[in-house]
Amino acid sequence: MERFVELENVQKHFETKKGRFVALQDINLTIRQGEVVSLIGHSGCGKSTVLNIIAGLLEPSDGIALCNGREIDGPGPERAVVFQNHSLLPWLSCYGNILLAVERVFGAKEGKAQLAARTDAALALVGLSHARDKHPHEISGGMKQRVGIARALAMEPKVLLMDEPFGALDALTRANLQDEMVKIVDATGSTVVMVTHDVDEAVLLSDRIVMMTNGPAATVGEILEVQLPRPRNRLALAGDADYHRYRGAVLDFLYQKHRKEAA
Amino acid sequence: MSTAETFSPTLAAGPVATAARSARPRKRKTLLAAAPPSLQPLVRFIRWLVPPLLGLIAFVLLWSLVSQVSRGSLPGPVSTWASATELFADPFYQNGPNDQGIGWNILMSLGRVGVGFGLAAVVGIPLGFMIGRFDFLSRMTAPVISLLRPVSPLAWLPIGLLVFKAASPASIWVIFISSIWPMILNTAAGVRAVPQDYLNVARVLRLSEWKVFSVILLPAVLPHMLTGVRLAIGTAWLVIVAAEMLTGGVGLGFWVWDEWNNLNVEHILIAIFVVGLVGLALEQALVWLAKKASFGQGE
Ligand SMILES: Nc1ncnc2c1ncn2[C@@H]1O[C@H](COP(=O)(O)OP(=O)(O)O)[C@@H](O)[C@H]1O
Ligand SMILES: [Mg+2]
Repeated sequence: MERFVELENVQKHFETKKGRFVALQDINLTIRQGEVVSLIGHSGCGKSTVLNIIAGLLEPSDGIALCNGREIDGPGPERAVVFQNHSLLPWLSCYGNILLAVERVFGAKEGKAQLAARTDAALALVGLSHARDKHPHEISGGMKQRVGIARALAMEPKVLLMDEPFGALDALTRANLQDEMVKIVDATGSTVVMVTHDVDEAVLLSDRIVMMTNGPAATVGEILEVQLPRPRNRLALAGDADYHRYRGAVLDFLYQKHRKEAA
Repeated sequence: MSTAETFSPTLAAGPVATAARSARPRKRKTLLAAAPPSLQPLVRFIRWLVPPLLGLIAFVLLWSLVSQVSRGSLPGPVSTWASATELFADPFYQNGPNDQGIGWNILMSLGRVGVGFGLAAVVGIPLGFMIGRFDFLSRMTAPVISLLRPVSPLAWLPIGLLVFKAASPASIWVIFISSIWPMILNTAAGVRAVPQDYLNVARVLRLSEWKVFSVILLPAVLPHMLTGVRLAIGTAWLVIVAAEMLTGGVGLGFWVWDEWNNLNVEHILIAIFVVGLVGLALEQALVWLAKKASFGQGE
């Protein structure tokens, strides 16, 4: 498979009042097309920073970030982002929020009817056709997050970037959305980079789990290949020995090798 | 906003709600329960109406008491009411420039507020947008705004009279200068408060500048802007009466002064009520508008 996103010796520092803070150091990561990669690590280690560098929302201080063989120069719709807090525009309906993205990506080539059809299809994909004309403040947190995912998917991005997409949800809603995500990823074969701190989520969804060391100057600690057959099913995996082996490996990394003392 | 699934609030709310209901005073419970279901909205409405109504009655009683004690130098509610019905029977008569119906006076004052206020919005809102967006401009204008903002609006009246050499534009000028500050400052604060997340959405979509403005900045700033507009209209309405008292012509403020010279105290009292009612109506209209524009933000 083709290399798609490449980070080479990426370093990122922030200038703060207390001087320079080195957040990331020597990040080397290659993501192939169609791969689902999750970034896992303790809070504050720099997962969002890596994701935002791929998104183009942040620039690396040193090193190179490439997408599709070209240097990443600012954000763009081919790298769609699902934000942690959904980031829907409150004055637009669910439909309107998705249409804004669809128009931007396909508006030049397609007519109004086609754009509307794309938008409705995206809503249907996340099971929200009934909430089409509702505004974000009228729907639950889980539904908002699904609209955010639909907006990103509707853009048919080359890479889907998700920053703790299910982090703010209660356990049941989160599990449901993860299951939906598994189906969507299996069906569309998208390239996905996902930030998470949920071990089960990482194992369930990923082809590879990138485990990050604690900051400052965080880097890639280990990379775990998850060779579980797809389509994956939460219930079937619950009794699967491999699943538990993978889970154990991530837990071992996070809580043995790179334990973070409670602040 | 709750992220919980629908069943959990009901589970959680169940026992609490019953506890609250049983803790309520028994009398209220029976009052509501005694009425047939069809009458319940009526009962609720009456219950809602009683306190403000009592307040108004107390106010009128106090007023007539004061008027009795003052032996008629302050007119009581009855004579004021009689005078008001007479006045509002023909609100739009015209006997030359110094003797016009109350309706004209109200309209003239509203018109001046409208023009001064409209000009302030046309200048202040775009300026607020730019000050909020560009830090350089913000720091450039900060000293001037901080210096001029605390100045009493009426202090600007002589400047207005000097420049425009006429009463009406001078009053409009005073309205303009008193309502522009809240518009500038609230709009600028609104632009600064636009969540970075929304701007990140715009960046990822690579929206054009115009789209960023129309789809993200404007709606995000609208509630702040309307707060500014509401504060501005409050001051503007306060200021117009005072400005007109000083400049003369036609208008509520001038009318108050004129009736003071005629020693027609009933009319002064009526003017006070009219000023209060119009101010209330303007305020309520803007509150309603702000609610429409907030889209559940800040809920
Ligand atoms: N704009 C910034 N300025 C200064 N420090 C920052 C900034 N953004 C992130 N950081 C710091 O960089 C580190 C990594 O942040 P982040 O990528 O958000 O962590 P994570 O997503 O893994 O929780 C944190 O210590 C954070 O405080
Ligand atoms: Mg983060």
